[in-house]
Amino acid sequence: MPTPLAPSAQKATRTVELRLSLLESNDRQAVANRRRFKELGMVALNLVSSPGSGKTTLLERTLAEFGAATRCAAVVGDLATDNDARRLGRTRAPVAQITTGSACHLDAGMVARAVGGLDLAGARILFIENVGNLVCPASFDLGEQVRVVLLSAAEGEDKPLKYPPIFKSAHVVLLTKVDVAGVLGFDVEAAAQNVRRIAPQARVIRLSAKSGEGIKEWYDLLGSLVNSGKG
Amino acid sequence: MHEVGIMETTIAAVLSEARGHDASRVHNIVLRVGALSGVEPDALRLAFDAAVKGTPADGAGLEIESVPARGRCPDCDLEFDVESDFIFTCPKCGRISGELVQGRELELTRIVMS
Repeated sequence: MPTPLAPSAQKATRTVELRLSLLESNDRQAVANRRRFKELGMVALNLVSSPGSGKTTLLERTLAEFGAATRCAAVVGDLATDNDARRLGRTRAPVAQITTGSACHLDAGMVARAVGGLDLAGARILFIENVGNLVCPASFDLGEQVRVVLLSAAEGEDKPLKYPPIFKSAHVVLLTKVDVAGVLGFDVEAAAQNVRRIAPQARVIRLSAKSGEGIKEWYDLLGSLVNSGKG
Repeated sequence: MHEVGIMETTIAAVLSEARGHDASRVHNIVLRVGALSGVEPDALRLAFDAAVKGTPADGAGLEIESVPARGRCPDCDLEFDVESDFIFTCPKCGRISGELVQGRELELTRIVMS
């Protein structure tokens, strides 16, 4: 006589429809972050790019110049070291470093924890410098109002065509290091055109944090974001 | 490889659903992944085996339904499928649109359990 089946094995097969977001917990935290930033009267920008496209250099100059009149804060993400936070910490801005270990992107929870340790009184802009990566950060809403994607003259003009998800999600695209575009043979107009093909919604600014070209247009944009209180 | 983390949270959600339905075995898991979600189905499959190991979902099938990108032209009020280059060119007027109607989906759609 066969052994009777265990009660659990006798259960009928069921199909359960869920339609649940795989990023549900991140998205929930992102909504909470967005609410918190709004309550603080702060516009949050998520800066995304490949490693080495000039996020930290741009932030250094922005915190020193734009940040002199308008209080700004920053959180910076890297796999390891607090080098970026120390660089940005030389300005008077409150800065927190997030070290992600092996994680290839920031998520909304990491940002919430990092922001929790900052004195944000009077801050009008929060810069979130994501881990250098053009793939993974695309999927993770951090609660920012404005997503800024950087593309430097040291890269290929066709990057927007090669990495559509991240460029598609951009509100602003900064073409950086344009002061050395000539030397590197980087066609700034071709890059701008590729951005417009993938992300016609994005505002494109050509700038150099070193020479200062285009930097005023960037500060004007930040100023208008602060005044409108959103992206 | 953010797919590993995404798959781990997915399986945690699957197991919690199974417990909630008093099921002891998960047979099949269906996900929907958009072409512009930034997530690679092959990497999800790779992460799946490790994530289910030793759980009631060990041995379950994984189906990934891909959701193609669709754009919308605001001028023509027309929705259209997007080619694999992800340039949202309106087939009627040729304007390049930034409006995405579908393609970012990343969803745990269905579980079969007993």
